[in-house]
Amino acid sequence: MTESEPISLEAENVTVTYPSGQTALRDASLRLEGGTICALVGVNGSGKSTLFKALMGFLAPARGTVRVAGRPVREAQKKGWMAYVPQAEEVDWSFPVSVADVVMMGRYGQMNFLRIPRAGDRAAVEESLRRVGMWELRERQIGELSGGQKKRVFVARALAQGGRIILLDEPFTGVDVGTEEAIVALLRELREEGRLVLVSTHNLGSVPEFCDQVVLINRTVLAFGPTDEVFTPENLTRAFGGALRAFEIEHSTVDAHDGRALTVLTDDEHPLVLGRSGHLEYRRRAGREDLVSEREKKAREEQPPAA
Amino acid sequence: MDALLEPFRYGFMLEAFAIGALVAAVSAVLSCFLVLRGWSLMGDAVSHAVLPGIVLAYWAGLPLAVGAFASGLLCAFATGWIKARSRIKEDTVMGVVFTGLFALGLVLMSRTTTDLHLDHILFGNILGIPRAQLIETTVLSGLVLLVVGVLRRDLLLVSFDPAHARALGRPVALLNYLLLALLALAVVSAMQAAGLILVVAMLVTPGATAFLLARRFDEMLLKAVLVSVLSALGGIYASFFLNGSPAACIVVAQALVFVAALLLAPRRGLWRRAGSAGAP
Repeated sequence: MTESEPISLEAENVTVTYPSGQTALRDASLRLEGGTICALVGVNGSGKSTLFKALMGFLAPARGTVRVAGRPVREAQKKGWMAYVPQAEEVDWSFPVSVADVVMMGRYGQMNFLRIPRAGDRAAVEESLRRVGMWELRERQIGELSGGQKKRVFVARALAQGGRIILLDEPFTGVDVGTEEAIVALLRELREEGRLVLVSTHNLGSVPEFCDQVVLINRTVLAFGPTDEVFTPENLTRAFGGALRAFEIEHSTVDAHDGRALTVLTDDEHPLVLGRSGHLEYRRRAGREDLVSEREKKAREEQPPAA
Repeated sequence: MDALLEPFRYGFMLEAFAIGALVAAVSAVLSCFLVLRGWSLMGDAVSHAVLPGIVLAYWAGLPLAVGAFASGLLCAFATGWIKARSRIKEDTVMGVVFTGLFALGLVLMSRTTTDLHLDHILFGNILGIPRAQLIETTVLSGLVLLVVGVLRRDLLLVSFDPAHARALGRPVALLNYLLLALLALAVVSAMQAAGLILVVAMLVTPGATAFLLARRFDEMLLKAVLVSVLSALGGIYASFFLNGSPAACIVVAQALVFVAALLLAPRRGLWRRAGSAGAP
């Protein structure tokens, strides 16, 4: 990036009211610096998407301000700093546009009104596509790509436009685990370059793995800051209310006989928990006391205490 | 042999060929955007909604195109305005607004004695367009082609990914309104040639055909224009011998090409797919 000036994003008492009269967000404030991957976390209807629309300048707050490196968002948009990577469901994949066409759309802000690409635009497109490993597929129609490839094309577009604040909306929906890791690795590179990566997600479990900061949203910004400070049981309960599913070990059928060996499987719903020998664990121990003591006995028989 | 060349001996036929090709090109270009955006019904709506504007413009002594344009835009704006402020879905709002305006036009028309011919407005009169309106159609068509030609990448951008266009600070709402205004202009320019009822087909079918045949947007525009213009020329030519409505013949020709593309398109054609049904 050519700009040496560090990037920052600041919202002050942002209130958004829709034409229907409904206030989706009230007095939301936050401040984020470049060089970070930050998750926007909240349930559906929490005002999460309203907040990111306000941050990106897609809608004007009724009250409050959003500033990017001390400037109005509008100015940052004109400079191509604000980049948006849409959800897979938002895109019509049957459109007759190629991978290279999509990435070239990132350059429209820099082109004259006829949008005729110059050498510099072509070079930026090539560099971005090579970076995400999609240069060989540049002629493909976008519908002919896998879920992870589609996502990488839009990240390449954000790079080609020179995006410094990159917002990804639910980036891991519909991509396999291997692809998810590849995308996370790419996001970490972007962070190292001083960009501000914002990830809107409802998937709590993945957040501590790759986000160093979190913004918790429920009708306003409940808390923001480093993940380990913000992700407290109290904050999460305030953010998610009754919508959070908990597996509390002390109330479950997990017991001493399982030692430290538990397998937790989840598809973003209730986790499936398996004990040491692969047996099923239940969330509530009450009513299953026999099961626990039986397994305890079995565990002792299988592993006689060392003499 | 002489019989086959007969249509080209008449001035009115040559005029019809020229104006038919021009109108076909304009509607083909817009049909690409309508098809990609899922706005096919919008073409239907705007083309019906121009009727009251035409009658009022006639009363006021204004060019018919001015009234038609205003009333077509009113339909598009009213639809958007009502949709944003009620729980009713967009297609329903559109259905109410455009049929309402069309019926209002019919009522206004029956309240007045004019030399406006309802069947010419509804079904077109490509063989007898007055000189003044030929010029009007040519100017409007040229204007629409010019604007789309210059702004097609921006119009494609707001159609494909409006959020990205917004992030770049592009005036998304303005470009959407511009597309609606171009649609209204195209309807007005095609009105004399194709009629309000059949212009709907000309605003959808070429785009649908080209969508089946193209992988890139510029290719789609080009193929839509090609298909549309050739269908128009072929349709008008055939109408001479069939003694049928030229506009109807154009639309039938376009529909036949669409069916051919549906069956025979490379890669995506139904025929091709049936042949390789065993392959994954």
